Amino acid sequence: MTSHMTRDEMTAIVREELTNVAPDLADETIPIDADLREEFDLDSMDFLNWITALHKRLGVDIPELDYPQLTSLGAAADYLLRATDRTKSS
Amino acid sequence: MGTHPRPRLAGSAELAWETMHKTDHSDWPPPNLADYAAACGGFSWEAARAALAGLPGGGLNIAFEAVDRHLTDGLADKVAIRWLAKDLTHRDITYRELAALTSRFAHLLERLGVARGERVFSLLGRVPELYTAALGTLKAGRVFSPLFSAFGPEPVRSRMEIGDARVLVTSASLYRRKVAPWRDSLPGLAHVLLTDAAGDDLPAGTLSLAEALAECPDSGGLADTKPEDMALLHFTSGTTGLPKGAVHVHEAVVVHRLTGLLALDLHQDDIYWCTADPGWVTGTSYGIIAPLVLGATMVVDEAEMDPARWLMILECQQVTVWYTAPTAIRMLMKIADQEHPGIVQDTDLSHLRFLASVGEPLNPEAVVWSCDVIGLAFHDNWWQTETGGIMIANCRSLPIKPGSMGRPLPGIEAAIVERDPATGEVTVIDKPDTPGQLALRPGWPSMFRGYINEPERYAKCFAGGWYLSGDLARRDADGYFWFLGRADDMIKSAGHLIGPFEVESALMEHDAVAEAAAIGIPEPTAGEIVKALVALRPGFAADESLRRSLLAHARKRLGPAVAPREIDFRANLPKTRSGKIMRRLLRARELGLPEGDISTLESDER
Repeated sequence: MTSHMTRDEMTAIVREELTNVAPDLADETIPIDADLREEFDLDSMDFLNWITALHKRLGVDIPELDYPQLTSLGAAADYLLRATDRTKSS
Repeated sequence: MGTHPRPRLAGSAELAWETMHKTDHSDWPPPNLADYAAACGGFSWEAARAALAGLPGGGLNIAFEAVDRHLTDGLADKVAIRWLAKDLTHRDITYRELAALTSRFAHLLERLGVARGERVFSLLGRVPELYTAALGTLKAGRVFSPLFSAFGPEPVRSRMEIGDARVLVTSASLYRRKVAPWRDSLPGLAHVLLTDAAGDDLPAGTLSLAEALAECPDSGGLADTKPEDMALLHFTSGTTGLPKGAVHVHEAVVVHRLTGLLALDLHQDDIYWCTADPGWVTGTSYGIIAPLVLGATMVVDEAEMDPARWLMILECQQVTVWYTAPTAIRMLMKIADQEHPGIVQDTDLSHLRFLASVGEPLNPEAVVWSCDVIGLAFHDNWWQTETGGIMIANCRSLPIKPGSMGRPLPGIEAAIVERDPATGEVTVIDKPDTPGQLALRPGWPSMFRGYINEPERYAKCFAGGWYLSGDLARRDADGYFWFLGRADDMIKSAGHLIGPFEVESALMEHDAVAEAAAIGIPEPTAGEIVKALVALRPGFAADESLRRSLLAHARKRLGPAVAPREIDFRANLPKTRSGKIMRRLLRARELGLPEGDISTLESDER
């Protein structure tokens, strides 16, 4: 399901999983490059739950040391697109 | 560290962990607490009080002990605070600079007409202004009350109302999101000072902190506080009712200093890092006061927990003493173990000498992990908002029993007691390894002096000459204490005590909710997370959309640190004859534990 996904499609998934963890953000406009923890009151547990949900949904391993790369919706989408590419080519 | 203890099979099938004996390093400074028995035997609070400078004209002031006294003891130009911004640029504040900054803040309170003893609240991330506001308020003899910036609008409002806030120091964004919507409901809140707005950008009714400070003198402003004058107001949660504001007095600094020495083994040359946010009591007692009183250099990191960043800070700042929390340690355990030490092995942690942990019991696996991977054991310790400082600790010079909170510090008398539910009579349990309530003999200087405006709740904490902690524990034959659980329904998540009533009250505001119960359920990283069980009013359907609506509502009101992470629906919640929801029974059922005594159950769960 993850093949040929566009950045917009990936961003939509990332946003959907985020609002599952933090439904209070469902009616917020979240700029694609906004720092999520900084500007939207996500704490470490929210962040972990979000990453776990993305891992489950996409089957992508996200090592703990890569977490800081998933700072915004856009950054997370880009990271996951790269990671799914790697998974396919390996 | 010489030994690598592994769990061994005890008499029963129960796993026991081997006691860790420590080998000292010749290049380390000698431990402050070298002989536990001698220190306990020869202890006197008079001697501990005499170790402080005291005010020039008599009296005692925490800020003077932490800052101004170092202007004359050779430490004036030493770095007091090394502040690391999110982008890792740093700002060093010397003791001399800190004295000037806090004097300005003290004068500002005077100019604003804030009276002695009135409350100054902060709602800030870990920015330098938080530290100068805290110490400036104490210097001025006003009372400082720090709030955690991840609180939602409701916990912020209720605490400021209970504490009768006169001044709030916050940022423009936090003010707009968490204070402005209800500001008019607190007419006593006379001044709001913003750290990051000025001129035309200031919202109505706020002042620029920087502009206001610039007009104030940078010396003086020290109040002639007495040891029993109120200094700090730390909020903690209750099982029932609103949050409680625990009152601490200037004399608490006797314990901050003593425990910094004995429990954290702080020496003047240490680079010390306490990762706790000053919004919680650890972040004030040990993230501001203790290290400065002892003349150490303390590291403050503005950013949230990130394992790789933290390792880098430990290495680059050459941290020697590190005080952190089990949740953070468990996050570090995910990135390295003995077989795959990876990034931890690649980090130079050779400057570290002492590791301590607080917030919730540190699991023995984490103690062993730190030995194996970092080469030093974490020393767990125990205390509460009410105790003001560390009471029971694993000390540098004593063997560690992994999973134990350690032994009472010199000057602290701790016991396991049993309270007769009928008569209220308290009996001390002397037989080792018998579960009971952990109690302390009142009289240590940092003991809370009251819950603000609630003398009855305060009185309930004491019985038979003991302070009853509400924690269940046992003491083994060697005098080590072991945490067993809470005696009440309080929830401990990521080291923070969360009161179920506060969570339930926010849920009850939602139109769909007829009744709600908040309980703690185990979670590997945070220890516990908050789960809410909710019964709906007629006409509402228990579906996914409503669940999300309730979660969203709770998060907006309470903030992520307090709001439930999970919500389940029930047709009815179990209640006693008097209508009290039986959280304990709900929790037991949720976790598949024995239901215990359900004789008072009147209306059962459906």
